[in-house]
Parts: sequence; structure tokens; C-alpha cells
Amino acid sequence: MRRQLVKTITDILERDSRVVLLLGDIGVFGFREAFKKFPTRVYNIGILEQASVGLAAGLATEGMIPIFHTIAPFIAERALEQLKVDFGYQGLGGSFISVGASYDYASLGCTHHCPGDVQVLKTIPGMRIMVPGHPQEFDSLFRKTYDKGLNYLRLSEQSNSRPLNEFEVVKSGNQATVIAIGPTLDRVIEACQNLDVTVLYCTTVAPFGESADFKDNIVVVEPFYEGTMAYDALKGKKSRVLSIGVPRRFLDSYGTRDDLDANCGLTAGAIRERIRGWL
Amino acid sequence: MLQDLKRQIVLAAHGAGEGHIASAFSVLDIVWVLYDKVLKHDPARPEWEDRDRFVLSKGHASLALYAVLAAKGFFDPKLLETFAKPSSILGGHPDRNKVPGVEASTGSLGHGLPAAVGKALARKIQQKPGRIFCLVGDGECNEGSIWEACLLAAHHKLANLCLIVDYNHSTDRALSLEGLALKFQAFGFDTTYISGHNPRDIEIALQHQHLKKPTAVIAETTKGYGCQRMENNPEWHHRIPNAKELEEILAELT
Repeated sequence: MRRQLVKTITDILERDSRVVLLLGDIGVFGFREAFKKFPTRVYNIGILEQASVGLAAGLATEGMIPIFHTIAPFIAERALEQLKVDFGYQGLGGSFISVGASYDYASLGCTHHCPGDVQVLKTIPGMRIMVPGHPQEFDSLFRKTYDKGLNYLRLSEQSNSRPLNEFEVVKSGNQATVIAIGPTLDRVIEACQNLDVTVLYCTTVAPFGESADFKDNIVVVEPFYEGTMAYDALKGKKSRVLSIGVPRRFLDSYGTRDDLDANCGLTAGAIRERIRGWL
Repeated sequence: MLQDLKRQIVLAAHGAGEGHIASAFSVLDIVWVLYDKVLKHDPARPEWEDRDRFVLSKGHASLALYAVLAAKGFFDPKLLETFAKPSSILGGHPDRNKVPGVEASTGSLGHGLPAAVGKALARKIQQKPGRIFCLVGDGECNEGSIWEACLLAAHHKLANLCLIVDYNHSTDRALSLEGLALKFQAFGFDTTYISGHNPRDIEIALQHQHLKKPTAVIAETTKGYGCQRMENNPEWHHRIPNAKELEEILAELT
């Protein structure tokens, strides 16, 4: 995903002279060629997220298109008010691209985990929130949106085996609609083998496909805090919903992302058991 | 002129039952000199590309900005009477999407300066003229984002940025800013210290531009300046005069 990030953004920098990239002191080596090629439009802005987001808003008021990239909690949580006021309220455009997802930095502990990013960013009206599950999906989502409005792209080290469209039915069934968000898809497909359910893949979680036709039983498998998408899934429907996501507790053990997936019940086997039990 | 603007500010606040009058009086001389003597602007074309920009980071002093913008012709002064009413474009804090001449929607302290730094950087990248002025309060200088923005402005040699501090000492009761000018110097600003109620001093300080460094003008001010009962009286930070007080204040401002 990170290699694709460098490739896609470097290409956009080349194509669109309004684009300015701000790195929060990460990814600097990866973007070394871009630094050389676009010295006035690529910055290692430093480790000061609040002012970086404010500065990005100032760039946007002058017709530039800012992209800010750093680790998820330092965008979504530390600079939340700047995103809300400086961008959302003022109607300015820019893209905020995080890495780390929920707990890609598993062993670094809770300071670097961010399963709450989507939930808090959904409080900003008009912000488009995208959770690509494959590098190619990041490429297409970013190209489609970077010059339109306020965007959050949540990059994960986890990737599905193949890219899909941002809202796509993967298989059809009758008992439930299982919505797989971003990098959960491969596990959801495995979990739903031989189950009579529809599997719907989704990368753009805000705005969410309100017109979509779900079954009465809706399961949301989300790679962030469980329940984040429950309201969106149920809105205007008389359905019931099961949320399978990151439990709402601090994950104070270390290890790998796979270890934390097991800890959170986000393995294919655990997802399957919860869906079967609920149905 | 300034007395007239002060009367308009008091009347607008009284009519709305809302407004930070003392904060507006603290910055009014500075904002007036900016628009009257320093800024390149065109009220008929608020979006004129080559204008200078002014960001009122301490958005709660909005009444001073509104009164000056109206006096300069950005909008009809009659609109001041609608201040804070449901369908007014003039709210308690300024909104760039509603008010002609307002460059940033502010209110949350510590937001305007980073945005002004972004504007200054954009103009530098675009190799375009014009200066960016930003007025912050001394209480606002408690915010970490102010100092983050200062680091960025100095590092990127944003000589087109001029920061003005409305130093009315309202934050002294909370947090000392002792040596404020030295702090900005240490952060890489070309710093001057002036009286924020002396029009000539204000003009000279704001006209000055360093070749490489951003400028900081520490303006020593009095909160509620020109109205005896409000001067340095915390009670009047967000208070609206009653009918009797209004009459007395208007008499004092003639």
C-alpha cells in the first residue's frame, strides 16, 4: 500500500501543479525522488500535526490542493479540531492519508493504535472517508477524489488478494447481507463459505451507500471500532445489525497485527462463528 | 472615526445581546490602521488575487473587523445592526463563506495563525505578491499551535507573514507570557514592540518587512480601550451593557 502511495502521489504531483504534499516526518525516504523533483511542493513538514493541518487549510484557501500524510492517531485524533474547523466548516478541500490503520503498529502499543479514527472523523459533515483494501483501490480512489472536497484515506498494511470496485456484491445469498469493509474482505469471504448470505464489499464508508438494498439481517465486518457503521447500515431500515470490528477496549498486548486480530476476534474463523451464531 | 466605530460596535452588541466589546476595543486601532493605511485591498473585489490578506485569529473580536470592513465599503454598515441575528451574515465569530473581506473562519483559538502561515507559504510557492497579516490575542498565545506555526513560518522564511499580538495582558491571570518579544525573537521572528493604540507606531511597524524573516509586532494594548468601565475589567469580557450603561457608554464615546 505504501509503495502505491508513493507511486500514485508522485504521479499526481507531476500532473497537477496545485498539489502540495506534506509529510509528518514519515515516508520521507520513500518520497525521496518527489522531494528532488518538486522541491517547492513536497515538504517534510515536521511533527506538529495541528499546525500542519491548519497550514494545509491556508494552502487550500489559496487554490492549492494539500495532501497530508502521517500516522492515523496524529491526524484523526490530535488534529481533529483543525480538520473540523479549518477544513470541514470552511468547506475547504484536501486529502489526509493515514497509515497504521487500527493496529498495524501492533507492537508499538496503544499510542500508535487508532481504531477510533473513522468514528471520530464521521462527525465532520461532508468528509469523504475511504478504506481501500488493495493498493490499486487506493490508486483509483485517490485519483477520483484528490481534487474534490475533503478526503480521508485509511491505508493499512493488510491487503485483499484482488482489487474490487468501491461498492460491489461479491456473492449473493438470502439469510443476511454481510458488509465487508476494506481489508476485511478476504477474511469475510473465507468466513462466509457455504453460508447463504450476500457479501457486499465497501471501501467508501462516508458517504455510505444509503440506497443499497440490504437483507433484514445485516452484518458489518469493519476493521475499526465495532459499531462504527451500525447507524449507517440501519438508517431508514427495519433491519437488525451485527457489528464485528475492533472491541472497544485498549489493546494493551503487543505482538503482531495477526496476534491482535486473534485477540479481537477478527480472524476468518472467529468471524464465521459469530455470524453463524447470530443467524 | 474610531469613536464612531466604537459606538457602532456597542450598539451592535447591545442589539444582539451578544458580543465581545472589550476585545473589539482592544484591537480596533490596529485593525483600522491595517485597512486604512497598510493593506492592499479593494472592497469592490474582496477576492482580488493580488490583495494583502488579513486573518483575525482571535475571532471573538469580530465586531472590530466587521465595523472596519463596513466602514471601508466591503458591505453595508446597516448590516451591523443584524449582528448575531438568525439570518445575519455577521456572527459572533467571522465566517469566510459569509462575510466579504473575511479571509478565515476563526473562533477556536490557535487556528488562524497556522492558516495564515499556509497562505503565506502558498503565495511563496506561487511566487505571487502580497503580505499576510494575522492578529492573535495574548491568551491565544497559550495555544501550542501558535508556536508550532511560528516554527513553520521561520523555518520556511515566510517574510511575507506579519504576526500581530494584541497584548492586552488578559492572560496574565492564567499564564505568564513574560518576555513575549524575546520568545518570538527566539522563534526566528523579526520582532518589534509598540503601543497598540498609537496609529503612527502601528503603521510604521506594520509597513516594515524583513527580507527573510517573518515579522512579529507585539502591540501593547488595553482591553476595552476608550471605555473607562471596561478597561482591564474582566467583568466586561463578554458582557452586554444594559440600557442605562449603554447611554453612558455612548456619551463617553462621543
